[in-house]
Amino acid sequence: MAQPQMRKPVEYFLDNKKFLHPKLAANYGNWKYHDRPRPGVLHHVSNTGDEVWTVRAGTQRQMDVHTIRLLCDIADQYAEGRVRFTIRSNIEYIVSDEAKVGPLIEALEKNGFPVGGTGNSVSMVAHTQGWLHCDIPGTDASGVVKSMMDALFEDFKKEEMPNRVRLSTSCCEINCGGQADIAVIIQHTKPPKINHDLVANVCERPAVVARCPVAAIRPALVNGKPSLEVDEKKCVCCGACYPPCPPMQINDPEHSKLAIWVGGKNSNARSKPSFHKLVAAGLPNNPPRWPEVNAIVKKILDTYKADARPWERMADWIERIGWPRFFEKTGLPFTKYMIDDWRGSRYNLNASNHVRF
Amino acid sequence: MAKQLHPTPMLDQLESGPWPSFVTGLKRLAKDKDYVVDLLGHLEHSYETRKGYWKGGTVGVFGYGGGVIPRFTEIKDEKTGQPVFKDAAEFHTLRIMPPPGMHYDTATLRKFCDIWEKYGSGLIALHGQSGDIMFQGCTTENVQPAWDEINEMGFDMGGAGPAVRTAMSCVGAARCEQSCYDEALAHQKIINNFLDDIHRPALPYKFKFKFSGCGNDCMNAIQRADMAVIGTWRDNMKTDDELGKKWFAKHGMNELINDVVNMCPTRALQVKDTKDVRKDAHISAVAINDTQSLEIDNKDCVRCMHCINVMTGALGPGKDKGATILVGGHGHLKIGATLGTVVVPFMDLKTEEDYDKLVELAQNIVDFFAENALEHERTGEMIERIGLVNFLEGIGLDPDANMVNCPRSNPYVRTDGWDEEVARINAKKKAAA
Repeated sequence: MAQPQMRKPVEYFLDNKKFLHPKLAANYGNWKYHDRPRPGVLHHVSNTGDEVWTVRAGTQRQMDVHTIRLLCDIADQYAEGRVRFTIRSNIEYIVSDEAKVGPLIEALEKNGFPVGGTGNSVSMVAHTQGWLHCDIPGTDASGVVKSMMDALFEDFKKEEMPNRVRLSTSCCEINCGGQADIAVIIQHTKPPKINHDLVANVCERPAVVARCPVAAIRPALVNGKPSLEVDEKKCVCCGACYPPCPPMQINDPEHSKLAIWVGGKNSNARSKPSFHKLVAAGLPNNPPRWPEVNAIVKKILDTYKADARPWERMADWIERIGWPRFFEKTGLPFTKYMIDDWRGSRYNLNASNHVRF
Repeated sequence: MAKQLHPTPMLDQLESGPWPSFVTGLKRLAKDKDYVVDLLGHLEHSYETRKGYWKGGTVGVFGYGGGVIPRFTEIKDEKTGQPVFKDAAEFHTLRIMPPPGMHYDTATLRKFCDIWEKYGSGLIALHGQSGDIMFQGCTTENVQPAWDEINEMGFDMGGAGPAVRTAMSCVGAARCEQSCYDEALAHQKIINNFLDDIHRPALPYKFKFKFSGCGNDCMNAIQRADMAVIGTWRDNMKTDDELGKKWFAKHGMNELINDVVNMCPTRALQVKDTKDVRKDAHISAVAINDTQSLEIDNKDCVRCMHCINVMTGALGPGKDKGATILVGGHGHLKIGATLGTVVVPFMDLKTEEDYDKLVELAQNIVDFFAENALEHERTGEMIERIGLVNFLEGIGLDPDANMVNCPRSNPYVRTDGWDEEVARINAKKKAAA
């Protein structure tokens, strides 16, 4: 019997012109300036004199089709059937008539979508898949983010921070959630537990050995079967061995802990882009609300809000006040774990008489 | 009518609070889908035990080697070995590339919803951190028909595994006055060039392109892309006296000094009496009132965007626009996270031919990466291992002082090729002059 004919995919990458709001298409590359009439709203003016208002609202990122259809209904009614999404999963409606801005905001908020996330606000948290879909998650991401955004709801809707605040959450140290002013990342604290019965069948052992950044993994015979062993003194618990070798279980309900990092910034504005730095660790992986994590995030944000000058991002603020004062002001303990001992770490050490008292 | 919900006391708590709840969305889907009923049970089990239970596998579509993220449950009945949440035993994701800038019309989004309601869980992430539209939750059986319908709409699958990955571009020229090139065009040209490398993974590891229209880098390209295209300009900043005065009238001298002048990282700004503003070709100035101006020495400016962000419209990017190309940003293990490194300080992006040159450069870089990186090694790690000079020579780029923060400070280098290198550079300079 003949095999049914499979459909060959059509390979292309599309032009976005047909999706643009007509005013955006008409003024493509010809914008003059923008301002922000109120939090959650951007107002762009073109060199032709055309104007558009963008209303930004928060979403839960992982949306059911009913939610998306509701967002579409709102777009059809108020925003000429066009939307766009931001890198932090906020939805943006582009409106060419200022009179529609108010009713649009009302419709969004009535349906539970907060309007905000612009300017000096705390925007939606960029995050990963977590327990919902990831194959190597130490924690959930959607749940941590929901809890965090509930706590930061007013900070999303208002523009009261010194500068914009970007957050991220990652469900393991690979940190797919990315760099941020404040990042919440789970940290493994114990070496992998090896199921020796499965290693030979599941793992390509040389590939696993090569994956370890500190050469802590060696081939070994265990109970007469080929397996792997870990030099636990060398192991940095990075989890890199787990994806190519799931029998090397790195996640641990009790010992995988959450850590908080601050001062990451992707913009080149003022200072060069920077990575976030470790300021708290050992926080329990405590679903469904992760209160210990939320408390520290809130404390850091409150301190930043009270102490930073206008336009200082988290990194700029810390650069001015110095790390000793950051720890002093936030009440977070500085421990030996914050002294970098990875490659290139001496660049992070203080080779000067610059000391803060 | 779907089967009865499993008790989810922990997830239920994520329905309270003002932020939109993904749990509420899942429960709405569970009303008609046994699939989502079991997914909720599966997730609640993770919340109870604080562990993840999805393992990967191999599920794909006809013609492609990647783009589907397979997930099979590991929650099995101890005695029978059967999945406990059998209706959600498979939960694959389709990665679909979004249009540049992530613009949509509602007809497209509604069509996505119809397809995913029919074949999948009904859960769609706009977007994943890879940039893709994530159609989350599908059985092996339904992956192909769902994909066929999405592809027929005009959308293509994104990258996964050791492949060129889905790219991201900012809102850009479509709605931003700070855009320094046509981000969507660059995005489109590059991706169309690399479709084969996206769909049939054959590289040492992932390779990501990201496009940001200016130094604000809204797409996080320098930290996350193997090749980051960051818009910039070479000539003087544009100024608008009317908007300058308007800004000053609203904000005043304290803010001008504290928030603009003092925050310039290279001290390129000064407040002057308008009559004293220098007359050199690289000086620009914007009036703040009838007698005073903000003077900008564009030779000192590093196009960081700060003053432009503060005084939008009064100051703006210049006219001689293009991009800076950085290579090797990544957040992966092994050597830790690395930022991208400048390899092309400025590339014109004005004509069609300029964009073709960008694609050519990208191809050279990916080819070099394909041939020289070790398995599971990102571009940044490869550059760390072989050194930037070898990389530059490999792709045929000349060294430039903009590539470093400072020249080398350690003396352990062999310099017996010095004279030849000086002669080569001087000859090149002479030929270009």
